[in-house]
Amino acid sequence: MELVAIFISAILINNFVLYYFLGICPFLGVSKKIDSAFSMGLAVTFVMTITAVVSWVINHWILIPHELDYLKIVSFILVIASLVQLVEMFIRKISPPLYQALGIYLPLITTNCAIMGLALLAALRDYGFAETVIFGFGSGLGFTLAIIIMAAIREQLDLADVPAPLKGPAIALIVAGIMALAFMGFVGMIK
Amino acid sequence: MEVLLSIITMGVMGFLFSLGLVIAYRKLRVYEDPKIEQVAKILPQANCGACGYAGCRAFAEAVVKGETTPSSCPVSDAEGVKQIAEILGVSAADVVKKVARLHCRGTHEAAKNSGTYIGISTCDAAHLIGGNKQCSYGCLHFGDCARACLFDAIYMNEEGLPAVIEDKCTACGKCVEACPRNLFELHPVSQGIIVFCRSKDRGPVSRKVCKNACIACGICSRACPEAIVIENNLAKITNYKKIDPEKIPEIEKCPTGAIGRLKKEDER
Repeated sequence: MELVAIFISAILINNFVLYYFLGICPFLGVSKKIDSAFSMGLAVTFVMTITAVVSWVINHWILIPHELDYLKIVSFILVIASLVQLVEMFIRKISPPLYQALGIYLPLITTNCAIMGLALLAALRDYGFAETVIFGFGSGLGFTLAIIIMAAIREQLDLADVPAPLKGPAIALIVAGIMALAFMGFVGMIK
Repeated sequence: MEVLLSIITMGVMGFLFSLGLVIAYRKLRVYEDPKIEQVAKILPQANCGACGYAGCRAFAEAVVKGETTPSSCPVSDAEGVKQIAEILGVSAADVVKKVARLHCRGTHEAAKNSGTYIGISTCDAAHLIGGNKQCSYGCLHFGDCARACLFDAIYMNEEGLPAVIEDKCTACGKCVEACPRNLFELHPVSQGIIVFCRSKDRGPVSRKVCKNACIACGICSRACPEAIVIENNLAKITNYKKIDPEKIPEIEKCPTGAIGRLKKEDER
């Protein structure tokens, strides 16, 4: 039951983008088309899940036993950077057009605060292994959900008559704000 | 002691991760010819698609693979083509600079209106209902071509016709596609004689609707029968190369000015 609660809360209630406002850069950068938004979501989900696993292992097997807690941030950065490199190579091999579409935002997952936030939050809340994995996977799905909804809205926005001063990033930020407000409605779903 | 431990921990972890990346790199490496990047840098990055490929990047890949030649990019200037050819180690075939030319001289003054058009002011829309000119072949004056041009090489002059600025025109062909009446064609920039009319109406009819229309009188085809014929009530140049420069004054005796050399005001 606890695991389900963590999972649901990571997707809907404590959504990384819309609740913590982490990972806004790819959220705005790659949300122009549903296709690439979906792929970006998957890439982030993959990196988040694996990061959660590896960072838990490092934290609980290496850092805590040797009382090296202060190395947490730097070693998590190491994990994330390596993983993103891996994903980048993989996507480049599997689908060059997707690689082109994701562009700079793919390597930027490295510096994406959502991933770092995930690893640090999991360590801070003292999650067990299973909880950490679920938390990482759920957060990734939450990011995917948010970016896909955003992309769907923005695709519609292309056809809408937006007032000139609000065109482009301005209206995208307004939409993101309204989405965040809507997601606030989920708070209180789980006590 | 603690310092040493942290150094060792980070060192070992860093080593392990880099080892993993090295192995992954060996397995997942994509070999990409560095020439592609170099060629792509020289290309104009307009992604206009005039070369027939999906964009400048795709064209660069095709050039490096040898599927096409550097000069197939109509937008690159001679200098760029030469640079690309140097990278690839092939000789640059001489590129003839082409420009878009309008095959109509139906100015506001020359071509009579059939009524007042108050619909959407694009050529496409006007063409749907037959246009606002009595001539159903000529320029509609709404400037779809000028809007389609990616290089600002076309503007609508005071006579109502699109004028092409030769220096800016890259012969990408966007205007050729944009014109609902197919009045644009790409010609070598040095091309002397051009027929400035597309009207297939019979002589008396076309003369009535436009002062500058071809009336199929045949003066030009008699002057230069090996290169010019009259077909469908319209002068047609069958072979531009066969036009004898000495006969150009003959040809330019055209009573309506529908065939001849480009006038200065057409291009500026």
